[in-house]
Amino acid sequence: MKNVCKQDLMAMNGDEAVAYAVKQADVDVVAAYPITPQTIIVEKFSEYVANGEVETEFVCTESEHSALTACLAAAVTGARTFTASASAGLALMHEMLFVTSGCRAPVVMAIANRALSAPLNIHGDHSDTMAQRDSGWIQLYVENAQEAYDSIIQAFRIAEDLQVLLPAMVGLDGFTLSHSLENVNGLPDEVVKKFVGVRELPLVATHEGKNAPFKLDPEKPMTMGPIAFPDYYFEFKRQQDEAMKNALSVIQRVHDEYAELSGRSYGNGLFEAYQLDDAEVAAVCLGSTAGTMKTVVDELRQDGVKAGLLRLRTFRPLPVEELQKALSHAKAIAVMDRSLSFGGNGGAVFHEIRHVLYDAATHPFVVNYVYGLGGRDSSPKELRVIYEELQRILQTKHVEKTINYLGLRE
Amino acid sequence: MSSRGKSWKEIAPAGVCSKSSTTFLTGDWKTYLPLRDLEKCTRCLLCVIFCPDGAIHWKPEKADIEFDYSFCKGCGICANECPTKAITMKLEKE
Amino acid sequence: MSEEWKFTAKDIAEKPDLFLSGHRACAGCAPATVLRLIMKATRGPTIVTEATGCMEVVSSIYPYTSWAVPWLHTAFETAAANAAGIEAALKIMRKKCKRKQEHVDVIAIAGDGGTYDIGLQALSGAVERGHDFLFVLYDNEAYMNTGIQRSGGTPHGAATTTSPAGSIVPGKVEYKKPIAEIMLAHEMPYVATASPYYWRDLIAKARKGLEVEGPAFLHVFAPCPRGWRSDAAKSIELSRLAVETCVFPLWESANGKCQLSTPSKLIALAPQKKRPVSDYLQGQGRFRHLFTPKGKKMLDEVQSRTDERWQRLLKKCQET
Repeated sequence: MKNVCKQDLMAMNGDEAVAYAVKQADVDVVAAYPITPQTIIVEKFSEYVANGEVETEFVCTESEHSALTACLAAAVTGARTFTASASAGLALMHEMLFVTSGCRAPVVMAIANRALSAPLNIHGDHSDTMAQRDSGWIQLYVENAQEAYDSIIQAFRIAEDLQVLLPAMVGLDGFTLSHSLENVNGLPDEVVKKFVGVRELPLVATHEGKNAPFKLDPEKPMTMGPIAFPDYYFEFKRQQDEAMKNALSVIQRVHDEYAELSGRSYGNGLFEAYQLDDAEVAAVCLGSTAGTMKTVVDELRQDGVKAGLLRLRTFRPLPVEELQKALSHAKAIAVMDRSLSFGGNGGAVFHEIRHVLYDAATHPFVVNYVYGLGGRDSSPKELRVIYEELQRILQTKHVEKTINYLGLRE
Repeated sequence: MSSRGKSWKEIAPAGVCSKSSTTFLTGDWKTYLPLRDLEKCTRCLLCVIFCPDGAIHWKPEKADIEFDYSFCKGCGICANECPTKAITMKLEKE
Repeated sequence: MSEEWKFTAKDIAEKPDLFLSGHRACAGCAPATVLRLIMKATRGPTIVTEATGCMEVVSSIYPYTSWAVPWLHTAFETAAANAAGIEAALKIMRKKCKRKQEHVDVIAIAGDGGTYDIGLQALSGAVERGHDFLFVLYDNEAYMNTGIQRSGGTPHGAATTTSPAGSIVPGKVEYKKPIAEIMLAHEMPYVATASPYYWRDLIAKARKGLEVEGPAFLHVFAPCPRGWRSDAAKSIELSRLAVETCVFPLWESANGKCQLSTPSKLIALAPQKKRPVSDYLQGQGRFRHLFTPKGKKMLDEVQSRTDERWQRLLKKCQET
């Protein structure tokens, strides 16, 4: 890392780190609506606008639905756009999430992950973003405020890449990350501006027989968002799936390039493997929980247990082959879900990881731990139970319960 | 339809349209055809203005109007609105 | 605002269509005429965005498009939010020299469903924020695209597939929401009503809506022969009768000053010219049950509510 540039060390919470990244990324339009625990992002950004620190059109919409719609419309007008939301706000955007990805609008959105009502709960879990996993958005989950800052900057490059051209959401755990003060290293403004660059547009063929940059432009009229009948709809959806596949390598490339610049990396950009190479018992988790889990792994290692952790950073697109390679040598795996698919036999991450491992010749045991719903804390002591159960499974070659609820009063 | 048309690799993303509807003829929808009495017509252009299908054109070089039967759906608005009753609707088959 | 635009029928006829032939609207579709005429009012570079609805569907069946201008559709309730995003992007990108330094007009188009009902929140928000765009409501008084269901814009007594004229309930019981007045209450720079029969008035108002700085709202009456069970040839005639009966009076409000437009002004000046609502209603199958002995009460209600609203409008326009 010889070319790492000089950086400013700042005390920031996750939301502020996101706003700071957006400030530096030469964003043209921000449209947003307040919701806890995301609100600090738009508040902080409003201060930048009020003090003339950004050249951004800031639109305070009357709902999240309109916030995302305005970003989508601005994005297909050629602008770089950003919004932020959480929980009910993201749920209200549900319809437009699909329209945004279908229109190939590379909107970047920060999500301060929060539980869904009812009962009303403002605290952290992954119910909001997991419910949107099939919406055609790239999903990155971060472990700390520093990674939130770094990932927002990377997200613009990933989303706007011509091989991708898809919206991207970056999830940071509500309160645990959004509201906790941490040390954050910030790159100089000009370095970020250069890194994100000026948004490029692909050329597409129009009805006037011209090749025109993909935007609403009176000089080269283009019809966007038409109705497609069964004769064409399927083809457009296949294009989106391909763009998601392309995103896998783009996420890694952008991550590596950023690492050169900042000196910070997060595994291969897709996931971070912690003590995983020789692990016999391993856990898979997302987000801030990984911090505690790493401590637990360290303790277990000291006790001679071959424990490991995989923190999944990129959930969409799911890095299937890479995950297979990284996990298949473990003998027992616990997948941790901070959301629940009611009646679906476990959580979303569990479903996907077990699907990834179905083809692994080693056939590891895979169990699910649902934890932390509605902001419930999980202590190192509780989390250690997961590994102890995996060890028991290995000894007995028997899984007692596939789906487990951690920290729940039975 | 699945075997005809372009593959997903060949079409523009996001459903950007590739053809103008002026190549999609709607003239065969009609049952009745507008016919104009050239004597009665005053070239007031109301039919050109009211036509929902843009199927009546003003031709400045001829100082006259022209029906475009390839788009006319035979609704009869032109005949109904004509102030001099210069347009009548006739069964197309006749 | 620039100098008033003067135009002749020939000017309009000679100006190339921006809403193109080959669209798949039903024969006799007045909304199609309305859109053609609105697009004749454009003054330069223009971007159009449309809510889901009849006119969106008939004009953008992939791979065909009937739009000679850049055009965006995203969802049903989003026409105004689309316009907000487009306008915000144009503004900032011009400022940052990322786009040409020319003014681009933004037009949002929606039907009654996308305006009175599902699109009202986004519209109200965009108007409150003061985005510079023209919102065109083509009002065919029901959800026609999904098969004629009642909306907040469906008039009292009209039979639709969700307000059928039954033996107990005679069509839609509720009254049409006064949408233009609701928009007027936003204290926005320009609000107007228009009808395609009065094409000159319609085009002039659309142009004013584009010229005004900030949001403009244009409510255009747009008969639908399929949904109204009326003769396809009569769509423009019905748009005249609605004005002559004061069911749909024509007025405009520029910067808070409300005034009747000529066709309605003439009725205000000579009240004997005001025709009974039955002249307008009887040509439409959706009101057929109003012309039976049982329907008399409802017919009277339509007349009296029309009269009340007309009187209220006269007062607002200081015609009394």
